[in-house]
Amino acid sequence: MSARDDMRTPLGRALGLGSAKEGVQHWWAQRVTAVALVPLVLWFVAALIAHLGAPRAAVFHWLGSPVPAILMLLFLAAAFHHLALGLQVVIEDYVEPAVARIAAIVVMKLIAYGFAVAGAYAVLRIAFGG
Amino acid sequence: MTPAPRPLSPHLQIYKPQLTSVLSITHRLTGVVLSIGSLFLVWWLVAAASSDAAYASAQGFWGSWFGILLLVGWSFSLFFHLANGIRHLGWDAGYGFGLREAYFSGLVVLAASAALTLVAWIAGLVAWAPQ
Repeated sequence: MSARDDMRTPLGRALGLGSAKEGVQHWWAQRVTAVALVPLVLWFVAALIAHLGAPRAAVFHWLGSPVPAILMLLFLAAAFHHLALGLQVVIEDYVEPAVARIAAIVVMKLIAYGFAVAGAYAVLRIAFGG
Repeated sequence: MTPAPRPLSPHLQIYKPQLTSVLSITHRLTGVVLSIGSLFLVWWLVAAASSDAAYASAQGFWGSWFGILLLVGWSFSLFFHLANGIRHLGWDAGYGFGLREAYFSGLVVLAASAALTLVAWIAGLVAWAPQ
């Protein structure tokens, strides 16, 4: 594409970040986690159905195997990253004024990453035998 | 400084609801619902990791009518968000923007999420029953 076809200023093109100040990083991460979640979510639902009403020992037996434990960790990582990105957009769209918006995003991200770490810790503890 | 009162562009309360717009807001709504559900998943994992008593109370909650009601809502939300998310990835790749295509894929999403929810619960009841 020649410079003539590009609506952006030369400085805008060099920085490449657009009006949101961050380029496509957020948008792209949302898509990458979405693609990752397609197989992970199907595995997750099948695994939950297989363990409906299971005693605690069965959950330890299940997550005590490497592959289910790794898949559960990947599922938690992708799901919490994906939901933090999604909730951020929802908050940006509806919460006014800017102070409340920024505070809501910070609180939401702290809760999301806190729960992600708590979930990962629980899986690891089960995986390594309580 | 108070901003000048500018005219608003047409928005949600002006437009008649259409399949496309209803599915769009449902995608966002199910995303928020599933975010809350993920907190409950972590609660269940932590309970399982913690103690027999904590796990027993978590299992008691999921076995209650309220727990099952939440699971039904979350399972439908999950399948809807999954199916409509794949529809969105198709749009991101540049496919399915025609009016007829967009309506057809919307109906497919609705049918798929209803069917997957039904299949999951039949499988769940079969898996659950013998215990």
